[in-house]
Order: sequence, then C-alpha cells, then structure tokens
Amino acid sequence: MTDGVHDMGGARGFGKVVPELNEPPFHAAWERRAFALTVAMARPGGWNVDMSRAARESLPPQDYLAKSYYEIWLAGLEKLMAERGLVAADEIEAGHALHPPQPVRGTLTPGDVAQTLYRGTPTAREPTGPARFAVGDRVRARAVSVPTHTRLPRYVRGHAGVVELVHGCHVFPDSSALGAGENPQWLYAVRFSGRELWGTDADPTAQVSVDAWESYLEPA
Amino acid sequence: MAHDHDHDHEHSELSPTQLRVRALETILTEKGYVDPAALDILIETYEKKVGPRNGARVVAKAWSDPEYRNWLLKDANPAVAAVGYAGRQGEHLVVLENTPARHNMVVCTLCSCYPWPVLGLPPVWYKSAPYRSRAVVDPRGVLRDFGVELPADTEIRVWDSTSEVRYLVLPMRPAGTDGWSEEQLAELVTRDSMIGTGLPKQPGGAA
Repeated sequence: MTDGVHDMGGARGFGKVVPELNEPPFHAAWERRAFALTVAMARPGGWNVDMSRAARESLPPQDYLAKSYYEIWLAGLEKLMAERGLVAADEIEAGHALHPPQPVRGTLTPGDVAQTLYRGTPTAREPTGPARFAVGDRVRARAVSVPTHTRLPRYVRGHAGVVELVHGCHVFPDSSALGAGENPQWLYAVRFSGRELWGTDADPTAQVSVDAWESYLEPA
Repeated sequence: MAHDHDHDHEHSELSPTQLRVRALETILTEKGYVDPAALDILIETYEKKVGPRNGARVVAKAWSDPEYRNWLLKDANPAVAAVGYAGRQGEHLVVLENTPARHNMVVCTLCSCYPWPVLGLPPVWYKSAPYRSRAVVDPRGVLRDFGVELPADTEIRVWDSTSEVRYLVLPMRPAGTDGWSEEQLAELVTRDSMIGTGLPKQPGGAA
C-alpha cells in the first residue's frame, strides 16, 4: 500500500542515523533463528517476496514502528503461516505441534541451501510487448493511493522525472502480492530532481530515483 | 548493544520473543516444514561467508582492470559472477560509478532491499527509520551523520531500491595506490563506501 508507515521516504522527525562500529550480522541468538526460519519457510509456505513484504507492511502501524527489524520479520512470518493454516495460535501457546501438518510442496534440506541461495529468485521475464518509455523520456508518477501492496513510494506521487534506465520486464509486485499472477511489466529507473520532490529550498545538487513499473507512470 | 540475549541455557531469562522463536522452530520442525540443520547452514552462510569482503573484491578488481570495470558497469551480474558471487537478493545487479562530479548513494525507503551476495545482510542503520526517511530528502545531512562532507557542487544521486534490482556503488579509487595489488586495494574498500554513505579508506590509514 502507499501511505503506510513503512512508506518512509521524506518522513520527518526520526532523527540522526546512528551507525554501529564493527556491527555483527545478528545481535542475538533469536535473530539468527528468526532470519533462517523466515528464509526456509518460503518453500513449504508457498509465498513469494511480494507476499512477504505485504505481510510485514500491513502490520498495525504502531507495531511496525515499535518492533525491531527481525521482530517485524517474525510477525510477518506468523501472519503468512496463520493465513495458510500452517501453525495455529494454540500451538504457539503450547510450544509444540498440536495439529497434523498441512501438505507442503517441499522443505529446504541442508543439501539444498547453497544451490537455492546461489540460484536466487530472478524476477526478470521475457517482454510481452514493446516498452512504452525510453531513456530520456519525461514521465510522471501517477497520483494514486493504493490500498493493496505496491512499490511506488508516496514521495514521488504526481511528480515528473526522467527515465534513466530501462531494466527490462519484471514480475509486477502489486499483482504478485495478491496471488493474482506475475503479470510482468517494463521496469524503469526514473530520476527526479530534489527540487521537484521537495520544493525550491531543496539541495540543488540532489537527484533521487525510484524503480517504477510501467503502469505507475504516464507521459509528462 | 545494551543487551546480550545469548544465554539460552537460563530458561527463566528468556524474553517473550526468544520463547516465541523457540516455540516456532519446535513446531515447524515437528511438522516437518523446516530442517534445523538447514537453518544452521543459512545462518553460517550469512555470518561467515557472504559479506562486504565479497563486494570489496569486486571493487578492487574494477579499480585494477579497466576492461573488468567496463563489463561491471555495463552488465554487472556476469561480471560479479566471474568473481564468484551470485544469487538471492542480487539477481539483478546494477553498479553505479562514483566520479568527482557525481556521488551515488543507495537506500530502500520501503523496506530493506540490499545486494546480499556482495554486501551480506544489511546493517541495522540501513533498515532504520532515520536512514530510510532522510536519505531521499536530506542526503548531505545523512552523509554528515557518517562524517562525510562532499564538495558543494558534487551531484548527490540517491537510488531508492523499490524493485528487485539491487544497486552497488563503485567508489573512486584512492590516490596514492599506484601499483597496489587487488588484495591490497580490497583492504581499502569499506561496506559503507559501496552503499554510498562512506568513502574508501585512504592509504596510510585515514578513513
């Protein structure tokens, strides 16, 4: 969705960025397990990256802002599993399986891990038609507020920019998150000037781009 | 960090989140959805094997070999795979070259998109609200949080990773490194210099 609390670009008041010197990949043992459970459950769970993101960003806003990163992952994972009847609330309460497992399409085995990670999950698809825009074209991000999953951040909404890169055709997240198919579309990097986005007082040397699917854009 | 929650042996000290993760792993294992040995390998991969040293090797090679640099900028995935890195959260890589006129900086305002095969898992600050909110509206202010001050006329080019394309910054090679080996050069390449919130180390130690 647009306008959720996860749609943070340009929001004020969050303060300074605080880097941590020599930061470890994980800060607690449970973060390691929460990370690995989330990665490993995608195969038996049958969800895609867009569904995972949609689950996280549709948490209640107060939870999203209060939770740490891996707490958000955990809440998203629980939500995806609950929706599919993979784990029930009474099981989490008991700390053990109480109901028979659902049939799943597979499990990540130790022997699979390296190959699965190396292969990844490419989202590029063969084009089904010509690209509507070319590098250098002026385009405008549609002025829409989307109630379901989307990847158009609100801060570019209604603003005009220039196509800088054509990335090819990619799975359309708005559709994929809903389980409504991949419906690939042309994907572009669209560059906006800081002043277009933030007004005439903005840093004149700043330029910001987003990756935007074709249906997010119209000619400008 | 203020807390170290790694004392799993003391059950009474476990937080609700620790208990919940433990319960989930037990349930998912009992149901046959996950294999704990696979979880161990996933964790080990991102704790020990995949991290910013990978990206540093790619950058050092690009600094050393103009043909490789051109390939990397034109078609990043095969060029990065030639050094041995590919896969999850790096399926569609684009490399952005810093120049005296233009400084690139990468953010994901909507979540935490980050090029795992070359940089590993993102640091906490990259996933935090301050960075995600401010990088696009006040990039020079964010750079100052990192102690980086760029010339006033340098273009600051922010890339918001809103798709499955992942961006890696190719920083400028520090002066005074003529004749250095790729291994020596890689030591100068910091994680933050490949995100665009930092600069490479200078020969002689200064950051």
